[in-house]
Amino acid sequence: MSNAPVDHGRRRFLTIATSVVGGVGAIGAAVPFVASWMPSEKAKQAGAAVSADISKLEPGQLIRVEWRGKPVWIVKRPQAMLDELATHEDKLRDPESEVEQQPAYAQNRHRSKKPEIFVAVGICTHLGCSPTYIINDFAAQVEGVKSGFFCPCHGSKFDMAGRVFQSVPAPKNLQIPPYMFIDDNTIVIGEDEGTV
Amino acid sequence: MFKNLMSWIEYRLPFMDKMNLHVMQYPAPKNFNFWYFFGSLAMLVLVNQILTGIWLTMNYVPSAEGAFASVEYIMRDVDYGWLLRYMHSTGASAFFVVVYLHMLRGMMYGSYQKPRELLWIFGMLIFLVLMAEAFMGYLLPWGQMSFWGAQVIIGIFGTIPFIGEDLTLWIRGDYVISGATLNRFFALHVIALPLVLVILVFLHIMALHEVGSNNPDGIEIKKDNDGTVEQTEADKKFTFHQYFTRGGKKVIVDAIPFHPYYTVKDLLGVAGFLLIFAWVIFFFPEGGGYFLEAPNFEPANALKTPAHIAPVWYFTPFYAILRAIPHPFMGAVAMFAAIVALALLPWLDRGKVRSIRYRSGLHTANLINFCISFVALGVLGVLPAEGVYTLLAQIFSFTYFGFFILLWFYSKNEKTKPLPVRLT
Repeated sequence: MSNAPVDHGRRRFLTIATSVVGGVGAIGAAVPFVASWMPSEKAKQAGAAVSADISKLEPGQLIRVEWRGKPVWIVKRPQAMLDELATHEDKLRDPESEVEQQPAYAQNRHRSKKPEIFVAVGICTHLGCSPTYIINDFAAQVEGVKSGFFCPCHGSKFDMAGRVFQSVPAPKNLQIPPYMFIDDNTIVIGEDEGTV
Repeated sequence: MFKNLMSWIEYRLPFMDKMNLHVMQYPAPKNFNFWYFFGSLAMLVLVNQILTGIWLTMNYVPSAEGAFASVEYIMRDVDYGWLLRYMHSTGASAFFVVVYLHMLRGMMYGSYQKPRELLWIFGMLIFLVLMAEAFMGYLLPWGQMSFWGAQVIIGIFGTIPFIGEDLTLWIRGDYVISGATLNRFFALHVIALPLVLVILVFLHIMALHEVGSNNPDGIEIKKDNDGTVEQTEADKKFTFHQYFTRGGKKVIVDAIPFHPYYTVKDLLGVAGFLLIFAWVIFFFPEGGGYFLEAPNFEPANALKTPAHIAPVWYFTPFYAILRAIPHPFMGAVAMFAAIVALALLPWLDRGKVRSIRYRSGLHTANLINFCISFVALGVLGVLPAEGVYTLLAQIFSFTYFGFFILLWFYSKNEKTKPLPVRLT
């Protein structure tokens, strides 16, 4: 053992340098553990776009399509339903759809590409339950509104364009997924002209 | 021969010395009442959960396709599988009953006050991990309430600004709750969190034994050895581990050794507990729909939300606070704050007198206010969030937090009663 005096500066430098290198190594080693929690390739593939046939859709009918495991609603709205959208805008939280919950082509009163076809992710923006479609019987929820969506979990209410009513827990309008029409009868959900 | 072997071991691993330190010669205050059952009962339930849990994994299939069916298989086809499963599911609720009463005991007798702050913090960490453990365990049967309950709870993380969306994706490992989520929750539920839990329980007990148990009078039983402390005949009867007298600096009064006195007393508590526990397992294993909720007897279905989603009863007080706030993220913050406030009790309570026995009437009233608020929130968390229930939840959230705020104000100059010198 040498009796040379302890060089404290050198010792401190070595301690810090070792800690830094070791710390970087520890962070590097943590990467695979953290990253392995992200969706796998298989899950990503399952999250790809889906198409649906809308030729048999009756006016007022709602069909559900599963996209990324979430229910996506497709509703064919009759003209009366579309007319109604203008009548209760003072009761809505975001009537102009200013919050980005939709692609640009759905930022209008009817929140859709084609006015009559309404496409939305059927998941409440509060905590992720799926609201119930109430047709012609919605006045019990909001006076003077005939149809809409009511979330049984915490009582959030949406109109027939998926716009949220005031003083309910849900903060935002329903999300509109990207979608496009391949022809008059076929709709693709999860992709639009912009993403292809 | 045997004695030689023992001393051979003792020299290499001081087993008997540690047993004496923590069990046979551990000085416990002589005046523990029934409130002191719940610590040992929590340990008993932990052992029950670990044991039945290990046995359940022997037949459980952790996959979205197989989970629900495997639980039914355990219930119907495995010999005594129903019993093991009900012991586990009832055990989860029993765990929270016992832990909540254990925490209330600590609040009544000021067991969180100096020098037991770290002990309390370890306790709160155990409570947090226990909630995570229970939440992840509830997903495993893959029933409707498992799925939608998890949807709501993971949704809470989604309310965090900016990172929320990606964070939920990372937690789920998919765009929705799926088999990937189930598998990771299974791994955390059966390995990671129990390991953390056992380590925290160990640290909790080590921290307890370092500062010593509090008692219903809230006064210390280890007095400074300044020559004025007189030991009674009873005090001189017992030998305690020399560690506790700190080399003669402390005199121990009104204490009895943990073993046999409290091991035997705790056995009575265990007997009483098991009586109720067995009664529930055999006659009310679903706890009237509160331990196992009715929609959970239906397999998880991502496209169908149950009409009414309520978490299991032990989460409802915090869930009610979450829903009481109209803003989702602020609701989540309030819910988390409700737990953090409890953890901060040692610093929010600025009083010097520990036990409710010698504190002001105001403090007693405030603690009753806390209990009422907590129970009321628990009831409201089960009920749907509409109309008057939302208003009530807001009022009781206010009184819940009010407990802590009031405490901070009056505890500084509280009118307390004189403390006894010795345990009563």
